[in-house]
Amino acid sequence: MNAMTSISKSGAGNSRKMLFAMVAIGLLCALLISLTYEGTLPIIETKQAEALQRAIFRVLPGTATTRAYRLLPGGRFEAAEGEAESGEVVYAGFDDKGELTGVAIEAGGQGYAGIIRILYGYDPAEEAVVGMYVLESKETPGLGDKIEKDPDFLANFEALDVSLTADGSALKNEVVPVKDGEKEHPWQVDGITGATISSRAIGNMLGKSTARWVPLIHEHRAVFEPKNEERK
Amino acid sequence: MSTPGGHKNGIVEGIGGPPSTDVFIKALWRDNPVFVQVLGMCPVLAVSNTAMNALAMGLATAFVLLMSNILVSALRNFIPRQVRIASYILIIATFVTITDYAIQAISVDLHKSLGAFISLIVVNCLILSRAEAFAAKNTIGRSILDALGMGAGFTFALLCLGAVREVLGSGSLFGLRLFPDSFQEWIVMILPAGGFFTLAGLLLLINALQKRKKSTA
Repeated sequence: MNAMTSISKSGAGNSRKMLFAMVAIGLLCALLISLTYEGTLPIIETKQAEALQRAIFRVLPGTATTRAYRLLPGGRFEAAEGEAESGEVVYAGFDDKGELTGVAIEAGGQGYAGIIRILYGYDPAEEAVVGMYVLESKETPGLGDKIEKDPDFLANFEALDVSLTADGSALKNEVVPVKDGEKEHPWQVDGITGATISSRAIGNMLGKSTARWVPLIHEHRAVFEPKNEERK
Repeated sequence: MSTPGGHKNGIVEGIGGPPSTDVFIKALWRDNPVFVQVLGMCPVLAVSNTAMNALAMGLATAFVLLMSNILVSALRNFIPRQVRIASYILIIATFVTITDYAIQAISVDLHKSLGAFISLIVVNCLILSRAEAFAAKNTIGRSILDALGMGAGFTFALLCLGAVREVLGSGSLFGLRLFPDSFQEWIVMILPAGGFFTLAGLLLLINALQKRKKSTA
């Protein structure tokens, strides 16, 4: 009996002590995390913006400056100001003379191991995709991640034909993935042996994305022309 | 019943005593977390496909281990016994989150390649086991030495695995090409299976070395 009461007594005292300890540790941890978050947030944001900028420079050769455009409901584009990049955004690139080098567009799709996100550059003057860069992928190292490194595969995206029909409403030929070495037309994407699923995924997401964006950008291409901006 | 600090219980490894280099050496080599205790196998197998990833993962784990050991040791007389595990996990999770932000701030690419494994440091049993078995019963000085030793031992072991796997699987070390292009990479080495092969090989080597040492001594 004596032992019982002493346990329950110490239990009540302990509960208060336990609660106090957990709350105190919780507060200390919350403080540490918030301080780190506040401290690193500006650095992380700059780094991510820089990484995106680098990606745009890679997919649009000759680009010196970039500008973000937001797609408005109803299919019009508007220059996106500041950091608030909500909705779907494309990035126009300009060379050092201020001429449009192309538009960088994000696309994504299911790969072999999770979602692959890419950025590709569309050059309206050439009517072609001129570059592709993998932003995010969890593809198998050594196999699927060849989509980021394989020079033969990346050569697909140096001049991938996405020319439009006469009325500009659709692509003449949709971008399609084909087996390694079977590329016959400039709108086909040669796959990689050993990375079939990953390379087909890129071809498919490009096909879907270009079919939607290229006619849209072509229709509103005047928005991206520098002479329509307020520059003097 | 033991007290929250458990000072007088003396169950585990040389409690009390001044901070000495022996604590460090023991943690680094004789009780090496990977090769001897075989703890924390998830990151060891998953993120050791390149030497760079292995080094970053090892350093991140060592940092979390060091900070959590310091805090657990400092609070060892304050944390009630019944909620000690919850408290330790809270402390560990905090430092993992801090490390996550820090790595993002250092390099976006590195963060991309380590991916979800940074968050998974929380459940690395090495860190919790050091908090429970060592830091909760020892002074801050000794806990720091123990964390440094364990952290260095863990990083060293990961680096061994990472170097072997990168050299054989990608033909390079820290991204520098070692072999001519004619070298055929062993792709299996950068896949998960390669992690198991390499770990098994290294454990075999370490055990053989220790056996020989014992028989000569």
